[in-house]
Amino acid sequence: MTWCEAFGWFETYDRLEQTAIGNAIRESLWLFPAIEAVHLLGLAVLGGSVLVVDLRLLGAGLTRLSNAAVLANARPWFLGSLALMLATGVPLFLSEAVKCCFNDSFEVKIATLVLAVVFTFAVRNRVAARGDAPAWLAKIAGGLSLAAWFTVAAAGRWIGFSG
Amino acid sequence: MSASPYEPSPLHAFAEWLDGQAWSTALHESLWVYPLVESTHVLTVMLFVGMLAMVDLRMLGFAFRQTPVSELTSRLLPWSVAGFVIMVTTGLLLFYAIPVRTAHSVWFRFKAMLLIAAAVNAWWFHRRVSRDRERWDGQPQPPLGVRIAAALSMGLWAGVIVAGRMIAYNWFDCERPQSAFVAWAAGCAAELPP
Repeated sequence: MTWCEAFGWFETYDRLEQTAIGNAIRESLWLFPAIEAVHLLGLAVLGGSVLVVDLRLLGAGLTRLSNAAVLANARPWFLGSLALMLATGVPLFLSEAVKCCFNDSFEVKIATLVLAVVFTFAVRNRVAARGDAPAWLAKIAGGLSLAAWFTVAAAGRWIGFSG
Repeated sequence: MSASPYEPSPLHAFAEWLDGQAWSTALHESLWVYPLVESTHVLTVMLFVGMLAMVDLRMLGFAFRQTPVSELTSRLLPWSVAGFVIMVTTGLLLFYAIPVRTAHSVWFRFKAMLLIAAAVNAWWFHRRVSRDRERWDGQPQPPLGVRIAAALSMGLWAGVIVAGRMIAYNWFDCERPQSAFVAWAAGCAAELPP
């Protein structure tokens, strides 16, 4: 049973699906695939900007640069691709909100997305920006970030296979 | 004696041969393995294109401007290559699972052409790199030729991602009524002999 079912959010999801954006995407043959494709392009850049920092925290990749330098360079691309993924992901959700109400993968994705965003800004980026973070702390922060973002992406892909 | 009126293309014959194999059917009909292979293919885009994008953005002068280009290529491209190997492996498995439809997909054919173009661009770029990289390695913004190659790389791989995603949709499948152009581009005549 999903949270949507358990907490009785169905009415809300149904109303969200009946919005102008939701209707327009559902009634179009190509709008959903087109938005989905842009969502996927965002994933590529998001993946790169997350990986390059997490690898550095784990002691791989751009090891000649400081953690802070890698973060500073990747950050604009992380923020930009995250914005692109939200801007495309919300319309995709609106077009099939009712389906998402009964989809476990969707809820896993949203829950881990919130966790990943909070962890990235509150912990991982602060660890990376600090010049004196011990290596073990950097490794934990990088490993957790990698695991969290991978789960978001994997659960997102699985929305299409489940329910 | 006249030749048979129907001669399937070598590609079609190859796809039919793959389609006849038990493992192809097993993979296609597998409840878990096919989605797992498909998901691995999609998610590895983060590793393969993601790492490549960081290198391309550096060559465009949009990121890591204070770091030599060679530092990014030597430290990040191996990760990208590892991703590419996973991409090719899972991609071949996906083709193996659904060979006939995929061989006649206009999106798959378009993707294959973009892949060739991306390979040619990479080859052309490496020729250029080996010629005078020392001169611009540390420049925050490399010369125009390097930036064009990096922009082409990003654009072509973006096209590969989009075309690849579209293979899943059946708008242009040979089973559906198609324009003469799509029927020709997809090679529908070979798939549906008279």
